[in-house]
Amino acid sequence: MENTKNKKSFSFHIIKREQTVWYKGLAIRAAAVLLALVVSGIVITLLTDKNPLAVYKSMWSGAFGMDIRVWSLFQDVAILLCISLAVTPAFKMKFWNIGAEGQVLIGGLATVSVMMFLGGKIPLPLLLIIMVVASILAGIIWAVLPAIFKAYWNTNETLFTLMMNYVAIQLVSYFLKVFVKTGSGVLFPMPEFGFPVLFGQPYLLNIIIVVALTIAVYIYLKYTKQGYEISVVGESQNTANYIGINVKKVVIRTLIVSGALCGIAGLLLVGGTNHTINTETAGGRGFTAIMVSWLAKFNPFFMVVTSFIIVFLQKGAQQVSTDFRLPQAISDIVTGIILFFIIGCEFFLNYKIVLSKNGKEND
Amino acid sequence: MLAFLVSAIRLGMVFLFGSTGEILTEKSGHLNLGTPGVMCVGASCGCFAEYLYLKSVGPFASPVLAILVAVVATFAGAALMGLLFSFLTVTLRANQNVTGLALTTLGIGISDYMIAKAGTSFGRASKYFTASLPFADDLGWFGELFFSHGVMIYLAIIVALVCSFVLSKTRVGLNLRSVGENPATADAAGINVSRYRYVATCIGSGISGLGGLTFIMDYLNGNWEYCIDAFGWLSIALVIFTVWKPNLAILGSIIFGALYIASSYITGVSFAGKELFKMLPYIVTIIVLIITSMRNKKKNQPPESLGLPYFREER
Amino acid sequence: MATAAIELKNITKTFGSIVANRDVNLSVNRGEILSILGENGSGKTTLMNMISGIYFPDSGQIFIDGKEVVIRSPKDAFDHKIGMIHQHFKLVDVFSATENIILGLKGKDKYNIKESAKKVEEISHKYGFDIDPNKMIHEMSVSEKQTVEIIKVLYRGADILILDEPTAVLTPQETEKLFKVLRRMRDDGKSIIIITHKLHEVLSLSDRVSVLRKGEYIGTVETANTSESELTEMMVGKKISLNIYRSEPKDCEDRLTVENINCVSREGVKLLNSVSFTAKSGEILGIAGIAGSGQRELLEAIAGLQHIDSGEIIYNNPKTGTQDNLRDKTPIQIRDLGVRLSFVPEDRLGMGLVGNMGITDNMMLRSYRKGKSVFLERKAPHDLAEKIISDLEVVTPGTETPVRRLSGGNVQKVLVGREIAAAPTVLMAAYPVRGLDINSSYLIYNLLNEQKERGVAVIFVGEDLDVLLELCDRILVIGSGSVTGIVDARTTTKEEIGLLMTKGKGEEK
Repeated sequence: MENTKNKKSFSFHIIKREQTVWYKGLAIRAAAVLLALVVSGIVITLLTDKNPLAVYKSMWSGAFGMDIRVWSLFQDVAILLCISLAVTPAFKMKFWNIGAEGQVLIGGLATVSVMMFLGGKIPLPLLLIIMVVASILAGIIWAVLPAIFKAYWNTNETLFTLMMNYVAIQLVSYFLKVFVKTGSGVLFPMPEFGFPVLFGQPYLLNIIIVVALTIAVYIYLKYTKQGYEISVVGESQNTANYIGINVKKVVIRTLIVSGALCGIAGLLLVGGTNHTINTETAGGRGFTAIMVSWLAKFNPFFMVVTSFIIVFLQKGAQQVSTDFRLPQAISDIVTGIILFFIIGCEFFLNYKIVLSKNGKEND
Repeated sequence: MLAFLVSAIRLGMVFLFGSTGEILTEKSGHLNLGTPGVMCVGASCGCFAEYLYLKSVGPFASPVLAILVAVVATFAGAALMGLLFSFLTVTLRANQNVTGLALTTLGIGISDYMIAKAGTSFGRASKYFTASLPFADDLGWFGELFFSHGVMIYLAIIVALVCSFVLSKTRVGLNLRSVGENPATADAAGINVSRYRYVATCIGSGISGLGGLTFIMDYLNGNWEYCIDAFGWLSIALVIFTVWKPNLAILGSIIFGALYIASSYITGVSFAGKELFKMLPYIVTIIVLIITSMRNKKKNQPPESLGLPYFREER
Repeated sequence: MATAAIELKNITKTFGSIVANRDVNLSVNRGEILSILGENGSGKTTLMNMISGIYFPDSGQIFIDGKEVVIRSPKDAFDHKIGMIHQHFKLVDVFSATENIILGLKGKDKYNIKESAKKVEEISHKYGFDIDPNKMIHEMSVSEKQTVEIIKVLYRGADILILDEPTAVLTPQETEKLFKVLRRMRDDGKSIIIITHKLHEVLSLSDRVSVLRKGEYIGTVETANTSESELTEMMVGKKISLNIYRSEPKDCEDRLTVENINCVSREGVKLLNSVSFTAKSGEILGIAGIAGSGQRELLEAIAGLQHIDSGEIIYNNPKTGTQDNLRDKTPIQIRDLGVRLSFVPEDRLGMGLVGNMGITDNMMLRSYRKGKSVFLERKAPHDLAEKIISDLEVVTPGTETPVRRLSGGNVQKVLVGREIAAAPTVLMAAYPVRGLDINSSYLIYNLLNEQKERGVAVIFVGEDLDVLLELCDRILVIGSGSVTGIVDARTTTKEEIGLLMTKGKGEEK
């Protein structure tokens, strides 16, 4: 009933907002991002004793300074977005899949295996098709296992998917040792078996694929019957049962979609970007994607914005660390700061604080 | 074999700190996925403080003080991370999973930064931590197995036993467990749910942080070779493995330690096959997770409201 | 007479425009058991919550041992040695009885489970409870859990005990045991208030009875000088004319025949006990009963949401003339059989509708599967949403506003509107007017009547006997999971239904 902190004569209540007008919501979020930028700027300035403006300038140039940087920026946005899209259907159903990292990696591993063993032996178009199928299947297997156990035995999916990440990482190190006869564990890139380069831009195809996926996921969630079932299950299992939705089936089916998309992300990373794999190929994006999806309220178009902001800051911070000879880790710190500001601002979107003069009269 | 066991114990204590802290946190109903970040920050705060301390005193460092400085700094740094987590999830009512993951990102960043500043070699400090009891050598294999360890190993076991005692044998422990199981009931019984969650998460994080310090100073002999976040995830896994009991975690952590290093001690396995062996702790955890959910035995389940927020007015 | 242990004077409590209690006066002496009798919604629980510190009265006074007191929180109540045992237990499942009992106590004495367990045993021995202090709550039966709750209150030294519907969850044997314990506590000088609506229990247990009706205090009588019929009359009151329109049923045929269905909960409690009845087309079959007597389970069993242990549910299809057994079919299978069954569940936002979705999306819940396309068809649901908004005068900013934000009456219009739009042959509605204002209630009655005239078999679960009497054609009375009678609504009286309702398991013998 009351949530009062009676200190002196006044108190404040926390009231759930019934509705936030869209421009207010936008303003609160924009303020959070701005504040995060200011705080990151202050942190960097404190660490470097440089003029804050120079720091921001350096950040900007890191993201947009050169053509190649812009391409790389968009490429990174595309990959992060792709993984965010992948985890979204599951989250919308309130299934905490934090195993995107592993699902991406295993998709990548499938891709790289196909490149290793079939590359050069069959025509490139066929190879590419097999790569696509293999990566999707691998991602599905990794995602659907926890889903089956969740559906039938209510096994905790958060911890299950988390563990699957490390199983995937170890599988990758295993196959790297098997593939690379020298034992160095470093697999040389095989660009000859990768995606075709469009208009001389190596990342263009990746970006196009992700744009298409963004639209597809948006349509899937919003306009298809399956997407509708996901929303109903996520909102209320009781209602789902009442109208006769088979909840187990929906859970498993949705994780197949989720896993497939993660597999594609792995494909894009290996087939379309690195042409090789290591245990760091996913690079923590599987986790960042969860936050991107959550912060965008599961809307694929908002995710474009969120992932752009995060990648922009990471790239900018990397540039700052080069320009001012700071450790690379500064980029993770900046990401952390902005994430916390966006997570924290959710509170102000959902609640308002009402100050009342005399704290004694409540109820 | 002896060397294997000693190694397993040394590494196991890293997990023991990590999971004891996480158990304490989870018993209050908080699933802190930020534990990897917490352990990183703890370790780096400890190392950084040690670096400053040794730099300031020159060659005349007191061993006791050297250890104390690092332990206190670690605990404080890690507990601050716990405070940040609690502030967001309790006061600002943010989602625990998302907050935890963000905490991990931030924590890894902070610790990498600090280590980049302080250097990665703490060999001198490590000597204080790994110094064994003087009579260990006289007792042969028995001495080596039980008395040859550094101070953190014993501290880990003491902390786990104390936590186990507090949780099962004290009023505070009872209250804490009720908060994690059924906060509405706890609230009705006059227990301050928010305060318990804050305090348990901060202390729990502090303890987890010590695991990071143990890893660097004891297991790696002071060489910060690679990031320790994987050990954070494994500590979370160990919590499930030991069904939320710190005293079981002592044994569990040594098993985990043994599983983790088994690959380097097993002969007759190919170079690549060893990587498959490293999967063991994770696969074992998954199997335990599945079995406990299938048996659905009340006793071995997670705290009932784990990961769920509690706001009185939204009951 | 000695000073009362607790006395209430002119207590009034309102929630918004609803008066839950108006000028209620009560008193309980030391060593006395007082029953508070009243129908659902008569304000019994609200009144007791004011004594136990959960609510604060708008006006009126509370005296304990003749001194006026202010009770603002459960802690205040506890300081005045008042303990309440709620209907919903507040226990931690994985704790033992003792752990639950001492939870939250700020003892100066050392924490010692063994000592506490001993004290628990002492208390249970003193009053004749039968409980193992080290048993885990999740291994306990409902009655054992209740015992733990009672001991929890006694352990804290309560002298005034309030029990909210303590027998609702108990078997007759358990009830008898509980009464024995309560009598012993009375003889020990404790004051006991028990909220109930079962007449035979009132008569067998209490010294005096206070009756509430619709929030008003009706009076207090000595149990020795009263009778079932006097109490029933006090409880249900004179019939009030509501003037609900009711037509004569036409062309009745058997539509849905329920034969001997039995249903046991996971804990082994019998939810439905050999329930049989027939719902006919073109009539409204009312279901009357104390809340929680099996109404929900019955409807959910028909709708395919509740597993039945034995018995049949036969649907007579008017189009094909076939008879289909709906037992253990999923809602989808039932629909695929061509059964047009609509169901307005009790939990509107938690089950019937999705609170965070707009009206259009909620319309789709029933219709989205239509057609082969993988895409949703939004046009028809949108039109339906608009139609319902204009036909039923739903007040909403638009078809996309989450229904959670609408008022209770409007939410119900949306739900009933959707269920009726499916052109059902059977329409089940559970408490469809609960919490609704008069105008919305009449609108719902009219809708049900309209359906009846179209030849739909309407099943209406209600709580207000006056409404049931005027709206329905036949009334099935359910008590503790059994059918205690089926009566003609045109000839029966409130007293007759009241008596049937309060016939529990205890009286079957």
